[in-house]
Amino acid sequence: MGETFKANVIDHFNFWVAVVLMMIGLYAMITKNNLIKKLIGMSIFQTAIILFYVSAGVKDGATIPILEHHAAETEQVEAGEHVEGHPVANHEAHAINPDDYSNPLPHVLMLTAIVVGVATLGVALAVTQVIYKNYGTLEEDEILAKIKAAENDG
Amino acid sequence: MIWQFDIIILIFLVITAVISLRVKDLLAASMVFGTYSFLICLLWAGMGAVDVAFTEATVGAGISAVILIATVYNTRRDSSD
Repeated sequence: MGETFKANVIDHFNFWVAVVLMMIGLYAMITKNNLIKKLIGMSIFQTAIILFYVSAGVKDGATIPILEHHAAETEQVEAGEHVEGHPVANHEAHAINPDDYSNPLPHVLMLTAIVVGVATLGVALAVTQVIYKNYGTLEEDEILAKIKAAENDG
Repeated sequence: MIWQFDIIILIFLVITAVISLRVKDLLAASMVFGTYSFLICLLWAGMGAVDVAFTEATVGAGISAVILIATVYNTRRDSSD
């Protein structure tokens, strides 16, 4: 029981929290009456998805995906030796091991997702300000009531 | 990734998300949402995604909070839920 709990909950806690945050955001988007509260819920939903993807790129014992300067130099020297015809004896020892670095592909994809998310939030808040100017309220039920009243008058 | 930090930040993340959705003052909700963005930025720096952490700190905790507060000042501060 204890081992199963550790393997399922502690080791994958990022994914559990990602799902919890996703459901909090979805609940807010569906049930909140205020438009700005809905938008905060949408942002939480987006960050939950980004959290899921970035967590998938994490490796145990890995560091940030930036090659150090001396690593690149070593590789150049080894390439020069190879051209001169010497056998590359310890190429394996100086080779860049991908297990030492976390996977940068989800990072790059989620960088785009963050920028798209803030653009969505900006446009949505601009639309919210126009709605407030026209209807004088941010509550969804009052806006719907005013739209219905305007339809009945016209 | 230090798992103790990871778990503490994730728990605070859920707490700030719930607070920002439950508080009735929209300005307070915006500020707590900025805290949420900063916490998730710390989490990404801890997970080794430093480029995502930079972007989240500027765009998430900076721009998002500023445009939310600007909208609250241009409209109204109280909320029904």
